[in-house]
Amino acid sequence: MMLRNICRYQRQFGQVIWPFSFPQGQHVPSLSTHLQKAKYASGTTERKKFYENVSIAQGEGGLFEINLDKRKLKTPGGKLFTVPNEALAIAVATEWDAQKDTLKFYTMHLTTLCNTALDNPTQRTKEQMISAALKFLETDTICYRVEEPPGLVELQRNEWDPVMNWIEQRYNVVIGSSSNIMGPQIPEETKETFQQHLNSYNLWSMTGLEYVITQLKSLVLSFGLIDRHLSVEQAVVLSRLEEEYQIQRWGNVEWVHDYDMYELQARTAAGAMFVHLSSESTAVKRKILHD
Amino acid sequence: MAAVTSPLRACRGILKELRIAKGSDYRNTLVYKHVLEQFRRNQVTGEQFCRARMDALHAARTYLCLLTSTRMHLRLHERYHARGDRALEEVAGLVGLRLPTQPGGKGWET
Repeated sequence: MMLRNICRYQRQFGQVIWPFSFPQGQHVPSLSTHLQKAKYASGTTERKKFYENVSIAQGEGGLFEINLDKRKLKTPGGKLFTVPNEALAIAVATEWDAQKDTLKFYTMHLTTLCNTALDNPTQRTKEQMISAALKFLETDTICYRVEEPPGLVELQRNEWDPVMNWIEQRYNVVIGSSSNIMGPQIPEETKETFQQHLNSYNLWSMTGLEYVITQLKSLVLSFGLIDRHLSVEQAVVLSRLEEEYQIQRWGNVEWVHDYDMYELQARTAAGAMFVHLSSESTAVKRKILHD
Repeated sequence: MAAVTSPLRACRGILKELRIAKGSDYRNTLVYKHVLEQFRRNQVTGEQFCRARMDALHAARTYLCLLTSTRMHLRLHERYHARGDRALEEVAGLVGLRLPTQPGGKGWET
């Protein structure tokens, strides 16, 4: 990398420049690209925190960028990191600001989601994501009921039935549940209704929703969360209902159960925030006073 | 005692998380100003049930959950999963054994 740039300088200025004649503190153009490629680190090495201040700036097209000291943040794919609104930009900036000494990317869920939406490394279209989500409904956690032990059967009935009733009413569909290995038979009209609804999401929101569905292992719970019928904590408890039941019976192991629960909560909360922020418009509605 | 779902509790919770994350100058951050502005903006409403207010409260609780969960997850990670393997001598020492010493060095070492 260094050598290539030295050759470029050579051609530009027509003089022979020895590698060692560059004084130590000089800003070499290759440095920024080199840093940017290494910014996200490999799986084994850790990146040190290389910046002091994090700020946001509004660039072209009204999109917001993140600045680490003087440098603009880029995605792992090399694109400029841009987000559509200020709230999301501030939240991402806060994630970078909260890092100490070393960068822990596994705590920066919003950044990761933005990178996925911007780079789209697997080249997925919105239609592919929608059909994947609808396919997921056939293996939805809420739809799979056990037949024993009776405590868990009752718990599933008491906790999952209300959510099922809510979504069937809200979207005017039939989903149902089953206790055999084949799972429920989802009617075509149900899928069509959901497909229409999902079509109204933009690409970013759909990316976030797909993430939430993957985390919660349930489309029903994800809709419950995104439609603000459930809180993140409630959705996570419902998603982990069997684990919670076993924990009640056999006890809690902090470094497994709590660890998994906090990770799931963090990821789900990030996904939900990402969906909401990607689909909001910051128009201020003024109410007309009736006299 | 205010329920955990009240706006006051949510706001206080977020500010506490910010203070833990940033230290004493958390008031100068962008996020602090943004959060307070959002809470102020949603306070004044003539309606008893205001959709925008409920949405804002849900968003606040979600963000609070995000901050708290990432912190707790990181804490548990550091405590239980970050140490790496023990040294070979230590592992042997756990069951009361010692590694054999070969004063001449191992055969394959130069």
